[in-house]
Amino acid sequence: MNTSKLREQLPAILTQVLLVGAILYVALQLFHNTQANLEARNIASGFRFLSVEGGLPINDSLLAYSPADTYGRAFTIGILNTLFVSALSIMLATILGVLVGVARVSSNWLVARLAAVYVEVLRNVPLLLTLFFCYSTLLAFLPSPRKSLAPFGGIFINNRGVFIPRPLFQEGIGWVFLALGAAIVASVVLVRVSKRMRDETGNAPPSGWISLGLILGLPAAVYFFTGQPLEFDAPVLSGFNFKGGMILRPEFTALLIGLVMYTAAFIGENVRSGIQSVDKGQLEAAKALGLKSGVIMRKVILPQTLRVCIPTTTNDYTSLVKNSSLAVAIGYPDMVSIGGTIIGQNDQAIEVIGMWMAVYLSINLIVSLVMNWLNAKVQLVER
Amino acid sequence: MSSQVKKFIPSPSSPPPIAARGVVHGLRTNLFSNLFNSVLTVLVVLLMIKTVPPLVDWAFTHAVWSGGPEMCDGSGACWAFVIDKARIMLIGTYPMEQAWRPLAASILFAGVVAATVSGRCKKRTLTTAWPVFFVAALWLIGGGAGLSEVDQSMWGGLMLSLGLATIGILFSVPFGILLALGRQSRMVGVSSVCVGFIELVRGVPLITILFMASVMMPLFLPVNLQINNLLRVQVGIILFSSAYIAEVVRGGLQAVSSGQLDAAKALGLSRWMITLLVVLPQALRYVLPALIGRCIALFKDTSLVIIVGLLDFLGMTKAASQDQLWLGHDVEGYVFCAVIYWCICFGMSRYGRSLEKRGPQTN
Repeated sequence: MNTSKLREQLPAILTQVLLVGAILYVALQLFHNTQANLEARNIASGFRFLSVEGGLPINDSLLAYSPADTYGRAFTIGILNTLFVSALSIMLATILGVLVGVARVSSNWLVARLAAVYVEVLRNVPLLLTLFFCYSTLLAFLPSPRKSLAPFGGIFINNRGVFIPRPLFQEGIGWVFLALGAAIVASVVLVRVSKRMRDETGNAPPSGWISLGLILGLPAAVYFFTGQPLEFDAPVLSGFNFKGGMILRPEFTALLIGLVMYTAAFIGENVRSGIQSVDKGQLEAAKALGLKSGVIMRKVILPQTLRVCIPTTTNDYTSLVKNSSLAVAIGYPDMVSIGGTIIGQNDQAIEVIGMWMAVYLSINLIVSLVMNWLNAKVQLVER
Repeated sequence: MSSQVKKFIPSPSSPPPIAARGVVHGLRTNLFSNLFNSVLTVLVVLLMIKTVPPLVDWAFTHAVWSGGPEMCDGSGACWAFVIDKARIMLIGTYPMEQAWRPLAASILFAGVVAATVSGRCKKRTLTTAWPVFFVAALWLIGGGAGLSEVDQSMWGGLMLSLGLATIGILFSVPFGILLALGRQSRMVGVSSVCVGFIELVRGVPLITILFMASVMMPLFLPVNLQINNLLRVQVGIILFSSAYIAEVVRGGLQAVSSGQLDAAKALGLSRWMITLLVVLPQALRYVLPALIGRCIALFKDTSLVIIVGLLDFLGMTKAASQDQLWLGHDVEGYVFCAVIYWCICFGMSRYGRSLEKRGPQTN
């Protein structure tokens, strides 16, 4: 390298060396400080606490759990709860969001106004406030267990939660699931074959209806053939509360409703801008071909909308996952809530916060990867 | 002899058919254009008949506006609770006899905001007004130099929310711009540090950053150095928000056309001059609406400080609703809180939209 080039690059090299040096120096100082602080406060370090018995009570758990289990188990329960509420919210928020977005551009003035009000209200109020509001209204306006709402078969809604029958799997249920799996595989094959037939000949069997029949019918047939190997443990009122069944506690319900309503407002806006970005000519061409308005929406407008709104919706999904951490404020035991309790007990903040960050970063990475794959699939293939 | 030329006078055009004008037409096209729309309209109207009158009854007709807790019998909203607790919700436990100080600060705040929104003031006036206001408000609320000191543990309510948001915006915008410039930098060391910071912060929820600021930061500091919780949380909010602002600004930087850069280079400007005088002003103009969106998000996010034990507007509302005298009126408190938050956020988003309409040329 000649000297003039070196002189030109010298400031840049110096800046970088200084910056990296400063960061390393600060990191080293922080490390020393932390060591000194941990020693002064008698705080242990390392992840040994994960295998220590925690004694944490957790009310909502997808796996078997008792306070005698370890901190590690408790944290795992928290991760599962975070994943569960996030996944369920993403699904419901997408459905509600698409409805809101379609309603926003509806030719029906009343519906469009209503959707606009919904979006403006939800987007301009903090999510935490929405959650508190949902939680308070659920507790305040739902009846006591004795006066439970019973919308249909064995489901009871009251201010202690939503009680639903718990499925009890008997012997032979494996065959039903096997049948379901087989039906799904068969439908996928069928849809592919029929798409190829339609591409080649223009005619194809109605694969949608046949698949639906397969997926519903085959497991049902096997279910009755194997002698109905599924029973339900229905909740029963005893004393002041219900016994048996499964319970969705108000904390979970409030979190779910709040997250879904809040995110749906954002997804609705994405869908609206997506729909409005579709060229007017597309609509006119579809009308000229004599398609009905429902078909136009499903087959012409929405597929093109997807291209515009998937990237922004990816952001909303990752925000939703991060926002699920607000569970801590209304007492649903998600990862942050359980981690916070662990910090309160053994002061090992660095390890727990590190675990939080690692889990959130990986969940968000997975969401982004899936959505990017989807995005690549729906983009126009330039030929 | 004058020949009278017959002038052609057109007869008045006949009115459009009844089906294409007036209320009937409006109803037909907007509400009953086809069967599906008609059914939808009827359903929505039925829903509104079912829900709106009870809500109005609750909020106005049966509401209790004054008096003590014994006046509220539960048939309607208990606004007396909100009125009784308004002071604590707005300024927290700030001493009553000093209450004029937050009031003065809020009048100053309203003045600066009005000057900014009106768009009539020069940019230079505004860039001096905001820091001057900032120092004055801090002095008014915190005390010192002639005013009695009020401890930070007494700052709370809406005052604290606005304070956290304003300081957060004032600091995170410049820091975010620096991060964005760093990310675009050709120096690998600088850009990778910035990318690492931005992506790490954007990948985790604000709560973890707040926990970090509140629980972990004391462990990082030298043993004898203490920083109070409020300041630590404020730093956490600034770091969090600046990562998002950096991404917004990056969009603007990428939108500046390369011709601008070439022209500036041809004029012989140094690299720093180009960034400061040519690239940044244009980039910021492009992203101003998005920046305002981030400011709204930041203001909404300040409500999370309740989780690390600070009582902001929402926190004070929650605390007020747990008063033994007034149990069971938290919904009214949250409604009041929501109305205030909504007005501020909606006002900000309207301002953002008006900037968008004014366009990048005139601003």
